[in-house]
Amino acid sequence: MKLLMLAPILLPLLSAMLTALSWRRRRLQLGLSLAGAVLFLLSALGLLFEVLAGGSLHMSMGNWAAPFGIEFVIDPLAAGMILVTAVMGLSALLFQLCDADSAPHDPVLYPLVHAMLAAVSGAFSTADLFNLYVWFELMLVSSLGLLVYRGGAKNLEAALKYFVLNALGTLFLLIAIAYLYSMTGQLNFAGLSAVASASGQQNWLPFLVLLMLAFLVKSGAFPLFAWLPASYHTLPAPLLALFAGLLTKVGVYALLRVFAGVFPESPTLLYDALAWVAAATMLVGVLGAAYHWDLRRILAFHIVSQIGYMLLGIALHTQAGHSATIFYIIHHIVVKANLFLVAALIFRRGGSYDLRRLGGLYARRPGLALLFAIPALSLVGIPPLSGFWAKFLVLREAFGQGELVFALIALLVGLLTLYSMAKIWLEAFWKQHPSAEPVQGPSLGLGYAVSAALALLTLFFGILPEYLLSFADTASALMGAR
Amino acid sequence: MIWIIAVAVAAVLSAGVYMTLSRDLLRVVIGVSLMAAAANLIVFGAARPQHTAPPIIEEGQRFIQEATPPLPQALVLTAIVIGFSLTCFSLLLVLAIKQRSAHNDSHRLRASEPPSRDDGYPPILDELEEDGASGSQRISDTVEPLDAAGAEEAKR
Repeated sequence: MKLLMLAPILLPLLSAMLTALSWRRRRLQLGLSLAGAVLFLLSALGLLFEVLAGGSLHMSMGNWAAPFGIEFVIDPLAAGMILVTAVMGLSALLFQLCDADSAPHDPVLYPLVHAMLAAVSGAFSTADLFNLYVWFELMLVSSLGLLVYRGGAKNLEAALKYFVLNALGTLFLLIAIAYLYSMTGQLNFAGLSAVASASGQQNWLPFLVLLMLAFLVKSGAFPLFAWLPASYHTLPAPLLALFAGLLTKVGVYALLRVFAGVFPESPTLLYDALAWVAAATMLVGVLGAAYHWDLRRILAFHIVSQIGYMLLGIALHTQAGHSATIFYIIHHIVVKANLFLVAALIFRRGGSYDLRRLGGLYARRPGLALLFAIPALSLVGIPPLSGFWAKFLVLREAFGQGELVFALIALLVGLLTLYSMAKIWLEAFWKQHPSAEPVQGPSLGLGYAVSAALALLTLFFGILPEYLLSFADTASALMGAR
Repeated sequence: MIWIIAVAVAAVLSAGVYMTLSRDLLRVVIGVSLMAAAANLIVFGAARPQHTAPPIIEEGQRFIQEATPPLPQALVLTAIVIGFSLTCFSLLLVLAIKQRSAHNDSHRLRASEPPSRDDGYPPILDELEEDGASGSQRISDTVEPLDAAGAEEAKR
């Protein structure tokens, strides 16, 4: 049982090591990497069923009791997030095999990808604030490696911008942890939670603000999101999908875990501020996207915009709000990663990422048009796709609490998202291609298959939402009781 | 003891913020690593260090009164190791940027985010790559050079 609990961390770490050792033999490295990703997916599935059937799993490293040992807790929320991570990891690695803007081969590529997956699932499973910091740092280190390994001026600059803001974020986290520890003597989530409700969190506000700020930097919220649109579009498609799907969502998860699970009785000022941050994030992200014509840059700004909805769910601070956020995170990871993969297919079939150089794809590639339409309409929130339910849950809670301003901003941002997606549709699919020559390319069967599988997942969440809904309700109900 | 640490944190943190706000990229990353040093000092101070005796519990006793809790020291060691590796990485990163683009001016970091065209639209990234003209070269006319060496280079 303990091995199954740690498998989502140990398997990617093991794959990282094995792929690093086999760096000379390219085929062996690829095989090990795919096998590692499949095993990771299987263990994540096993873990989710185990947790849903038998309740949360606990373990302390080295069998040291709570205040000393580092505790790992897999509750339904953590297990679900790990499963989505595993699905995304396997999808990205499979997409890498087809020739649509795949990452150039390098011996460090697969070790870094697996190290990043290990860091993400470590962040999901830990129940210790300092350990969370260490996973964030490991995530930062491996993502920096993936940003710079191709070494062009563009990539290095992107990595620097990414590094400076993210390093500041982790420093905020470290300082907040130091102060919280010196006041409580606890790093464990359960311990912190107990001290917080016993002490009434007197004079905690500055440190909670610092902690929230750290997670907001990581999740790419207004006004600290500048690192995201500056760096993401320099990545090749499979890595971009992985980054876009997973990294910012770890920040949102940490925010949810800490401010909804560990310190649910924080001053209401924090949640009010978070709601305004959420509204600004939604608006600024979608307006940034409206300016751009490069598919990758448009979609990168939409990540920021969608983060706002998830933050709004946390800021509403009821169980319904939390389960809306959980639903939103899972829907968003699948849809966003898929959109970047489809963008890579459009790039390969149309010859460019820039909408001004694309066109005529609806006539030439109707299948691709359908593959784009499903995640794009889901991102906008058109029923019966998963985005509709995600937005519906957030909006219902916002209207239910009488937060009309935030609800109306969310609706407006939905409209602006539709504008962006319609722009892509009109420019890339409907208008004539600027050059008469159709772009010929290699067969992209595997890329289409991966994208179609993710689109089916979106359709499943949309048409049969009750499974994900009941999961989100269970997860949010059990989140505090660890 | 705690006052000495507090003063040191204030000094190092303000030096770090000052450096980070510079336009010179090398100063920026050194500033970030100074701030990391300040954060490490805060973690160290979280134990409220007052006693210098090692925290070893004598045989036959269960508690220890006159010692500083050792856990923050373990935490700060972890943070120092991570911070050190990130400092090394960021210094190399700045060096590589300087080698590739012949400047280390944060205002001219436009290769990944080129400025908008004259007609107000964003540039086409593929076109820039095909022309081989990175954004940093295009913007060098509009941004004042950072130092004398940069001015000479701009003239050339």
